[in-house]
Amino acid sequence: MAQQQRPTAVGKAADYLDQRTTIGVLVKELARKVFPDHWTFMLGEIALFSFIVLIASGFFLTMFFDPSMALVRYEGEHPANMQGQLMSAAFHSTVEMSFEVRGGLLMRQIHHWSALIFVGSIVLHMFRIFFTGAFRKPREINYLVGLTMLILALAAGFTGYSLPDDVLSGNGLRIIDGVVKSIPVIGSFMSFIVFGGEFPGHHIIPRLFTLHIFVIPGLLLALIGLHLFLMVLQKHTQYPGAGRTDKNVVGYPAAPVYVAKMTGNFFIISGVLTLMGATMAINHVWNYGPYDPSPVSAGTQPDWYILFVDGALRLMPGPGWEWVIGGYTLSMNLLIPGMILPGILFTLLGAWPFLEARVTGDHREHHVLDRPRNRPVRTGVGVALLVAFVVCALAATNDLIATHFSLDIFAITWALRVLLVVGPLLAFWVTKRICLGLQRRDRELVLHGHESGRIVRFANGEYVEVHTPLEPEEVWLRTYHQAPRPLDIKPAMDARGVRRKGYKSDRRWQRLSQFFYEDRVEPATPAELAAAHSHGKHDELEAKTPATSGSAVRRRR
Amino acid sequence: MTEKLKHSKRDEDIFVKALAARRHHRLAPVVLLLLALLTTGGVYAALAPSTANAETVSTADIETGKKLFQANCATCHGANAEGRDGVPSLVGVGAAAVDFQVSTGRMPMQMNGPQARAKPAQFNEEQTAALAGYVASLGAGPAIPTDEQVDAELGDASNGMALFRTNCAMCHNAVGAGGALSEGKFAPALWETSERNIYQAMQTGPQSMPVFNDANITPEEKRDIVSFLVEQREGSAGGNALGALGPVSEGLWAFAIGLGLLIGAAVWIGAKSS
Repeated sequence: MAQQQRPTAVGKAADYLDQRTTIGVLVKELARKVFPDHWTFMLGEIALFSFIVLIASGFFLTMFFDPSMALVRYEGEHPANMQGQLMSAAFHSTVEMSFEVRGGLLMRQIHHWSALIFVGSIVLHMFRIFFTGAFRKPREINYLVGLTMLILALAAGFTGYSLPDDVLSGNGLRIIDGVVKSIPVIGSFMSFIVFGGEFPGHHIIPRLFTLHIFVIPGLLLALIGLHLFLMVLQKHTQYPGAGRTDKNVVGYPAAPVYVAKMTGNFFIISGVLTLMGATMAINHVWNYGPYDPSPVSAGTQPDWYILFVDGALRLMPGPGWEWVIGGYTLSMNLLIPGMILPGILFTLLGAWPFLEARVTGDHREHHVLDRPRNRPVRTGVGVALLVAFVVCALAATNDLIATHFSLDIFAITWALRVLLVVGPLLAFWVTKRICLGLQRRDRELVLHGHESGRIVRFANGEYVEVHTPLEPEEVWLRTYHQAPRPLDIKPAMDARGVRRKGYKSDRRWQRLSQFFYEDRVEPATPAELAAAHSHGKHDELEAKTPATSGSAVRRRR
Repeated sequence: MTEKLKHSKRDEDIFVKALAARRHHRLAPVVLLLLALLTTGGVYAALAPSTANAETVSTADIETGKKLFQANCATCHGANAEGRDGVPSLVGVGAAAVDFQVSTGRMPMQMNGPQARAKPAQFNEEQTAALAGYVASLGAGPAIPTDEQVDAELGDASNGMALFRTNCAMCHNAVGAGGALSEGKFAPALWETSERNIYQAMQTGPQSMPVFNDANITPEEKRDIVSFLVEQREGSAGGNALGALGPVSEGLWAFAIGLGLLIGAAVWIGAKSS
């Protein structure tokens, strides 16, 4: 530096701030923080930025929305089919903000599309976490924070879906009312508490409004803070690759690389969401009309993320599942699909990191992600859950499938009922086999190299096929992992032949562990690799054909 | 019909004047009785479902219709349209039913199935009218509605919306995009159904559809419904309606377009450095 640069305006401002807050330390620390790079790491970013778009557009909407169930008459001119209709003030203000407020419809549509994308990206993000084992120690807590946010996102979506008080959202609330009432003993009291009396009452919209604009987003914001804080604290996981271990992070510094990337991505995301809001119509409440408990139109479905509950309700057989016990009705036909099934799903998802750690006997920290193929049972269970989710979601669209593919709606229901049981099992089995197959292929590749397509003939007439050995990076990717083995437990009797306490429990865990890890493919060990490189007439061949020096050779007779 | 009314009114005037002169005549009660009968009959003739367009369909047309019927319909419906097991009798279904079924191509039926499907019409307008005339001549039934009765411009779309969602939307979807019924049957989408056919369907209840007679939904209300449905065809505010199928298609597009583009962008951004 030849000459001292004069401090710029930005520099002065930063210095002013730093002298008073010592924020420079934090910035220095964060700016140098290294993050690994991969497109799947941006799924969470999509969720984060669509949440920001949601808050911005939602803020606009609260300026015009009236969360009241007071009865009013629509005096506006547009749309023609609403002229003079009686409706709640909530519905009235929704229609009015769509037709009278400048940019109102655009904002509504951006908000709704963002909500669909928000939940979608969270679910995809969660798949990535699950299939790559990013929930393992030390990230179990952050995984639970994420799962809680998923549930909160569903709650945010559902409360928002219900606010306009149109026929569609009222139908949704009626289903919720039914599901709540099916809870044994407390069900009807719960329903009366939620709706402030008999459904629909006059309280539900203001209550949902408070939840939707205050409680849920507040919790989400706090948890997002915690989620990101833990992510920075624990450092980001990285995909396996040469030189990447559980003790390092290979990537780029936050500033300037990720600052630029994230800013760019934010503009792309808000741009796409705005484009969708501007060109694609969504949730035209005036098509459904103000809520009235009597009509339920064909094609009544919840937003996509609640479809699986709706579908489970549609698949559940009705007759024979409503029991009257001592004068009290127990509606298993509502309780099972509406409460028990989602309960099982979220419990399983929440318990998974702890369950897996227990059956693996794993207490180490993990920062390098798994390749899904290396954990066949986990990947299989994930795909099975996904299949069950999709089958249920398809069941919720049975009427649309019937009309669009000219099928019999009853046949679809029966097919999906069978598929809900058989599909996940089959998906688990197929996925597990594919994973094991891919692992065998990896092992094979490491030990024998790539097929080069070169056939060499020796003077004595013998043919050999020349295999090119893998690059060290390729070998690393295929051998870095450990194939976990089933748990070893202490014997049933101790040294003196007395039955050991806790053996039965140990044995149960061992059985589960065997289910996880009985079938496995060990990655090639260095010894095996060395053996593979020197077996047969390899040395002899090297001497004869210098061009293929270093090649692994497999004999072909 | 209105001419008939005027005519009977003029008759009435003459009778009333004659009566005023000789109201104490001993035959007065008889005349009064006759008058009452005449009025009742006249009113009945005016209001009861008439054999459709009797004025416009000549005897010759009915003959043509009969021949067409015997060549194309009698195999199933019987030589005298009396029907048989599983095939309805057409005596008393009226011209509106024939016009609906034939002009939408549902009849003659292409093949057996859960329900007769619409297809390009097999008969031209004249032939359809002749067929309708013939069937109407077999027994009284709903007439083909006039153009004024189905003029969407004259209807009240707002009232139509309220009626539609109470009576029709559970099968036909909130905006008439169609919906599924049991065992492969379905309520068709109404985007392309003509105003006349919509009206006729309500009048005659084709296939799985119930009849919405004039006491149930008045002719004016039927026109309101037509008006609501026609308004839906103008598209929606706020962009492409995506088939107006509700949250399912919205969810599908959110993944296909929204997340598709965003993941594409993520891959691009991720690939830029490595």
